[in-house]
Amino acid sequence: MMDIPGLGTAFVLQVKRDLQLAFRHVGQLANPLMFFIMVTTLFPLALNPMPRLLEAIAPGVLWVAALLASLLAAEGLFRQDVDDGTMEQLALSPQPLALMLLAKTIAHWLITGLPLVIMSPVVGYALFLPRDAVPTTMIALALATPILNLVGGSMAALTVGLRRGGGLLSLLILPIVMPVLIFGARATDMAMTGVDPAGALYLLAALLLLAVSLTPFAMAAAMRISLD
Amino acid sequence: MLEARDLELWRGDRRLFKGISLAVHESELLHITGPNGCGKTSLLRVLCGLTLPETGTVTWKGRQVARSRTDYHSEMCYVGHRESLKADLSAFENLGFDLGLRREAGPEVVRSVLEEVGLARAADVPSRSLSAGQKRRVSIARCLASKARLWVLDEPYTNLDVAGREFVDEMMTRHLQNKGLVLLVAHQSHGVAGQTVRQMEMA
Repeated sequence: MMDIPGLGTAFVLQVKRDLQLAFRHVGQLANPLMFFIMVTTLFPLALNPMPRLLEAIAPGVLWVAALLASLLAAEGLFRQDVDDGTMEQLALSPQPLALMLLAKTIAHWLITGLPLVIMSPVVGYALFLPRDAVPTTMIALALATPILNLVGGSMAALTVGLRRGGGLLSLLILPIVMPVLIFGARATDMAMTGVDPAGALYLLAALLLLAVSLTPFAMAAAMRISLD
Repeated sequence: MLEARDLELWRGDRRLFKGISLAVHESELLHITGPNGCGKTSLLRVLCGLTLPETGTVTWKGRQVARSRTDYHSEMCYVGHRESLKADLSAFENLGFDLGLRREAGPEVVRSVLEEVGLARAADVPSRSLSAGQKRRVSIARCLASKARLWVLDEPYTNLDVAGREFVDEMMTRHLQNKGLVLLVAHQSHGVAGQTVRQMEMA
């Protein structure tokens, strides 16, 4: 048996390569972020731009837009790798597929999820989100977007073998991530009304731990079925 | 070293093959031939561990492949229909990544292998601008660099000119001399001579 590089090395290599690839297509990279900003800024334009109205709908709009933006990004997570055959090589590498897919999902979050977290104060400002609620919203989004990516990744691995899996993918992801939407919007709402949002944040953190520990194996199993 | 016993595979309600047993030993090339659609590629994918057969077992060095995937895959290299190259990355970058997952090797190893397959000058251009033959050379370089004992090649001659075919033959010959094993699927004949070459016909 040969000495194969450690798990950490392989993980870092995969994350680095995905970031490198993403930065060669900056336009594609900005898609979910553009979607997020467009949806949230269209609401004040379409509705009556009354601060009180916007403030009331702000948590809902913000969270639904973030959810849909990550749904939009999920489709492309593994598609290219499966099409050009690099996924086959990954499945045939001596490294555990679950780890490699987790690395891909984390790189994907850095590209599509993290910008949403960073942009949320600006978007919140446009929606008259009270300043006190901004830090809570950012923390909640930082906890929630990786969950959305991880769940999206497992479902994308399952549907990547299908020719037209787009619609199916949303149907698979949405019911599972409902708790994320509920607790996320609740955290923002609680912070706005001055209630301590810790409970909702803890629940989001627990969901994130659950997702990190379980979805890599689901992704790997689903991917092996898709490659079969 | 590689042994398969009584493999059977179904695709939907169609049986692709049944009762296939084979063995490949050190310094041996097994050439699998057969008409289009008879399941050659599927057989290779079963032998690689990409596809699970309905019945039968594949063993490598006496151990079941399905149970010791890491050991098997660290000694096997697969060249499929697709070249498995990221079009935006250069041959050097692509190979560096593939190799980084398999063994500890610095960039100078990647360079020297690319030189060995005659891609010294094309190593740093994005793979999308490489010709089909050059891409195949990168795939072969991946096998060379990974130091895999077993090469699994699916139609390696497709799209290659005479020089390219001779290159593939030469690499396979050298690999066999180094006590390697080759599983080859190709409908053309190959240019590797010797007693270590066997042929298997699929119906």
